Amino acid sequence: MPIVVEDLSYVYMSGGPYETQALHNVSLTIEDGEFVGLIGHTGSGKSTLVQHLNGLLSPTSGRVLVDGLDVADKATDRRAIRRKVGLVFQYPENQLFEETVEKDVAFGPRNLGLSDEEIDRRVRDALRRVALSYDELHARSVFELSGGQMRRVAIAGVLAMEPRVLVLDEPCAGLDPRGREEILSLIRALHAEAGTTIVMVSHSMDDVASLAERVIVMNQGRVAMDGSPREVFSQGEALRAIGLDVPQAVELADRLRERGLAVPQGLYRPEEIAAFVRGLAGKGDADA
Amino acid sequence: MLKDITLGQYFPGDSPVHRMDPRMKLILTIAYIVGVFLVSDLLGYALALAFLYLVVRVAGLPFGYLVRGVKPLRFILVFTFLLNLFFFPGTTPILSLGFFTLTREALQKAVFFALRLVFLVMGTSVLTLTTSPMQLTDGLERLMRPLTRFHFPAHELAMMMTIALRFIPLLLEETDKIQKAQMARGADFESGNLLMRAKAMVPLLVPLFVSAFRRANDLAMAMEARCYRGGEHRTRLRELKYTRLDALAAAATACFLLVIFAEGRFLG
Repeated sequence: MPIVVEDLSYVYMSGGPYETQALHNVSLTIEDGEFVGLIGHTGSGKSTLVQHLNGLLSPTSGRVLVDGLDVADKATDRRAIRRKVGLVFQYPENQLFEETVEKDVAFGPRNLGLSDEEIDRRVRDALRRVALSYDELHARSVFELSGGQMRRVAIAGVLAMEPRVLVLDEPCAGLDPRGREEILSLIRALHAEAGTTIVMVSHSMDDVASLAERVIVMNQGRVAMDGSPREVFSQGEALRAIGLDVPQAVELADRLRERGLAVPQGLYRPEEIAAFVRGLAGKGDADA
Repeated sequence: MLKDITLGQYFPGDSPVHRMDPRMKLILTIAYIVGVFLVSDLLGYALALAFLYLVVRVAGLPFGYLVRGVKPLRFILVFTFLLNLFFFPGTTPILSLGFFTLTREALQKAVFFALRLVFLVMGTSVLTLTTSPMQLTDGLERLMRPLTRFHFPAHELAMMMTIALRFIPLLLEETDKIQKAQMARGADFESGNLLMRAKAMVPLLVPLFVSAFRRANDLAMAMEARCYRGGEHRTRLRELKYTRLDALAAAATACFLLVIFAEGRFLG
């Protein structure tokens, strides 16, 4: 079930003195099973775009189709859309409210009107997916947990809806390196094992480079680039021109090229550049 | 629904009304409201409207913005209108329906009372739309300063107001975000009976309170880290000063009050 965005525009506070257009004629299609990295600097319209994907915002003009259903259409069951497209907001731990971890994760499935056994199965499953122990944590208060644990409980709360598309807005914001690695690996596993379509909004080029199969770059409410990470990250100059960075591996390749080394185009993963450098070193040894 | 709130919203601009001293604006707004309450006939209200319209034009505000500000009050307006209509004792019946008699006096009272409320809201809207919250609280603090002699906490009150005003947009934004996050988890805030709706607010209110307390705590720490200890001996970056503009505005308002008074005395 692809998500089709057609000619989408969105205006905040229309008519007032603070009117701003956040999106200008955005068109794109997200296919089943894709892993899309959505990047762009603050105010580029990423967050506004992802809120359209499950009907939390309605387009000012244009359409968003999920499974062929128009999300803004009054006849469309929004809850059915939200069941298919799960959205994890930035700092999702701010949405926790229940007395226990178990109850909080069960909030979504309960809203779907599922049976108690099914809810219980989903809660256990979702906690397992975010690598938290059900037995240890289910009866604990959400407010006793560490920051990283709270975030994982919040993500589990969305996973328990068992969406086929998972949209994450800056899932690693404000986490320490270890917490970040944990979140990234659980997202990777979700995509690899469950085949969930993932749309990940991120500031970090390295996170996107290590995970995404497709990269969409937003700038000033428009899609600036859309392609494989190899295509997008080889345009370092264009990315820097709109105030974005390139992954560290690309940065390294560019610097080596400046020094006169013939680094092949399109390397963007640390492993790739490492292999190239190792190759150079090997040659050096042979020469000596 | 949340974005329709215009109460206390600032409409940035550089008109003479925007540039006036906030203290003068506060005083003149109060004077205007007193004037409106002195009015006792339709001609007087027409004059009040004309004066308001003039100020709005000078301030460069869209008049529709002011009218929109009255919208949230529609229930109170209808309620007070009906209350006055039914219960004000009158002597000149104009319509009789069974046990209920509509009197001329009651109708007049109801209309005038509703008009007063509308002018009250629109008049104060002009103040808040043309004065930034910072200026407004600054002005209030200065106006209340003489009262500190009687141990009235003028500075503390102004600081509390500044913080509250600063937090309104933040909390609205936060509410919007949490509401959306819960809706993404299938929460429903829009349907069901009263009890169900009240229950549906729990997933919204708990995180909102948690974050409000956290924010308050952070702010208190940040203020203390910058050595805040109340308003004693504090000097200001921008001293408030009355200018010719303020004198002009005061004169205009005085004229308005005189006209209202004369109209009530000799024509009413």
